[in-house]
Amino acid sequence: MAQTTHGIGGLAYDPTKRTRPPELNVLAALILIILAFEVLGRMFIGDSFLFNTRENIDTLFNEQRLQIIILQVSIVGIIALGVTQVIITGGIDLSSGSVVGATAMIAMSFAQTAIVNGNPNPKAIFGEGMMDLPVIVPVLVGLGCGLFAGLVNGLLIAYTRIPPFIATLGMMVAARGCAKWWSKGNPISFPTESYAAIGKGMMPVLIFITLAVVFHLIMTQTRYGKHSYAIGSNEQAARMSGINVARHKVLVYAIAGMLAALAAIVLSSKNLTAQAGMGVMYELDAIAMAVIGGVSLQGGRGSIIGTVLGALIFGVIISGFTFLKLDAYYQEMVKGVIIVAAVVLDTWRQNQRGRG
Amino acid sequence: MSEIILETRGLTKHYGGVHALTEADFTLRRGEHVAIMGDNGAGKSTFVRQITGVEKPTRGQIIFDGVEHTFESPIEAREAGIETVFQTLALADDLDVPSNLFLGREKVRFRLGPFSILDKRAMREATMAALVKTGVKIPNLSNTIRNMSGGQRQCVAIARTAAFKSKLVIMDEPTAALGVQETAQVENIIRTLKEAGEPLILISHNMRQVFDLVDRIVVFRRGRIVANLRKEETDGQDVVAYITGAKTGAEYEGAP
Repeated sequence: MAQTTHGIGGLAYDPTKRTRPPELNVLAALILIILAFEVLGRMFIGDSFLFNTRENIDTLFNEQRLQIIILQVSIVGIIALGVTQVIITGGIDLSSGSVVGATAMIAMSFAQTAIVNGNPNPKAIFGEGMMDLPVIVPVLVGLGCGLFAGLVNGLLIAYTRIPPFIATLGMMVAARGCAKWWSKGNPISFPTESYAAIGKGMMPVLIFITLAVVFHLIMTQTRYGKHSYAIGSNEQAARMSGINVARHKVLVYAIAGMLAALAAIVLSSKNLTAQAGMGVMYELDAIAMAVIGGVSLQGGRGSIIGTVLGALIFGVIISGFTFLKLDAYYQEMVKGVIIVAAVVLDTWRQNQRGRG
Repeated sequence: MSEIILETRGLTKHYGGVHALTEADFTLRRGEHVAIMGDNGAGKSTFVRQITGVEKPTRGQIIFDGVEHTFESPIEAREAGIETVFQTLALADDLDVPSNLFLGREKVRFRLGPFSILDKRAMREATMAALVKTGVKIPNLSNTIRNMSGGQRQCVAIARTAAFKSKLVIMDEPTAALGVQETAQVENIIRTLKEAGEPLILISHNMRQVFDLVDRIVVFRRGRIVANLRKEETDGQDVVAYITGAKTGAEYEGAP
C-alpha cells in the first residue's frame, strides 16, 4: 500500500485516487449531441441547429430554438427533480404522470373564472361561490393533492415494505382514475388571470431553474440530502447509524408528490385547461431525464445537476429531431434506445468499479 | 466511578424455541481488552446484539457504566457510549469518509429539522482528529468508500468509534475479510486503543490475534459462557478445548 507511506496525520493524499465528477461526462454528452445535430443539420438540410441563420434577426444563437428546448423540458424537469431524490434513496416513482393528471383537474376546478366573454363559464365545476377564488386556493389545493399522493406512496413503501415499483404503480392507476372521475372525463377550462400567469411565457423555466437550485442545495448541504444518499447506498447501514429510514422515505415521496403537483399547476396554467389525460408517460420521461443525467437506478448516486443536464439532453434530442424533420415516431423509438443505453452505461460503470 | 464498565447478569435470548444465549454473566473492567471466542452459533454474536441494542434480550440485566440499561435500538446504546464495528460493515459506499463517520450524527451549522445545514468543515476536522487518534491512514477524505480497499473500509469503520466519546468499543471479527497487511493495520489500531485505556470487546476466531491483543478470553459454547481465562494462565490448546467442549471451566460446571 503505497499511499500509507507518505501519509502524515491520518491523511495520505494521493491525487491519482481522485475521481472525476460524473456530471462532467453528462455535460460532455450534451455538448457532443448538440454538435452532432449541428453537423447533421449542415449536411442534410443546410441549416444550423445552434446558430441564427436568418438575416433579419440580429442574434448569434437561434434563441427561439434554445428557448423551446428548455421550455419543453422544464415542466417534466420539475417532476424529474423529485424523481431524482426518490431514485437516490433507492426507490422509484411511477405515479408522477398520473398525479399530474389528477392534480391538474382538481386544482383547475378551483381556479375557474365565473364569466367568460360575458357568459357564465361553460365548463364550470362548482357553483358561483367557488369561482374567481384567489390564486393561492388552487395552488394550495393542488399541492395538497400531490402531498396526499406522495404520503400514501411513502407510507406504503416505508411501513408495509412493499416494493416502491408496486406501490407507485398502484398510485399511477388510481390517480389516473381519479383524474377521469373528477369531471366525468370532461376537460376543465377558463382559469382566472392570476392562475394563468403561473405558467405564462418562460415562467415554467424560471420555476424549474429556481427549484433546481433549491434542491441542489438541499441535496448537497443538508442532513436530508446526506441521509437520502446513505439510504440509497446502504439502507441497513443507514438504519444502524440511527437514521429513521421509514420517516425519511415518507418525506422523500411526499416531496416528489408535491413537485409533480407543482408541475401539474404550471402545465394546466400554461395550457389554460386541464384534461384527464394530462401527464401520461411523464413519469417515464422524468425517470429518463434522471437516468440520462447519471442518477443510478440502484440508488446512492446521482445529483440534481446531473438531472438538469439530463433534461437538457432530452430537450436537445427532441428539438434536434424536429429540426432534422424526422418523424415523431422515430423520436419515441430513439428516446427508448437512449434510456436503455444510459442504464447499460451505469451498470457497466458499476462493474468496472467493482473490479478495480 | 466504579471499576467495572460493563456487566451483564443472567442475559438470555430465545428465538422461539432456540436458546441462543443462556444466563450469560459477564464483566468488563475499564481499560480492559477482552476477546470473545467460540464456534459458529455458540452465541457470541447473539451476546453482542443484546448489549448493543440490535435486539432486546428475553431476560437479564445490562449494567453499563454503573447504570442499568434496556436499549431499544443501536442508537440508544451508542448514545450511552457503546460503539460497535459490525461484522457486516455499516458503511454507505457512496458517501465520503466524514459523511460515513458522522452518519446519523451529523454536525450542523443551522438547525432546521431534516433540512438542517451540515457543518462540513467541522466534520472534516473531527474526522482528521479521529484518524490521527486511531492511526488510520486514508488516501483522500473526499473519496467515496466504494473506491477503498477492504482494510481501509474497516479502518474507517473503526475510526468512527473514535470520533465520538465512546466508553466501550465492540468489534465483531474486524479482520475476518482482510489480507495480512490490512490485518496488521487493524491490530495496530486496537493496540492504540489499549494504550489510550479504551475498553474493548473483540470477537475473533484468530487465536494468534487474540493472544497478541487481549487481557482475557471468554469462551462461549452452545449459548453459554463456559470459560473465563486470563491470557497468562492459558494457551491456545486450552482455549480450543473449551471451544470444542472437551473442557469446561470449574465455575461453569453443570452447563451442558
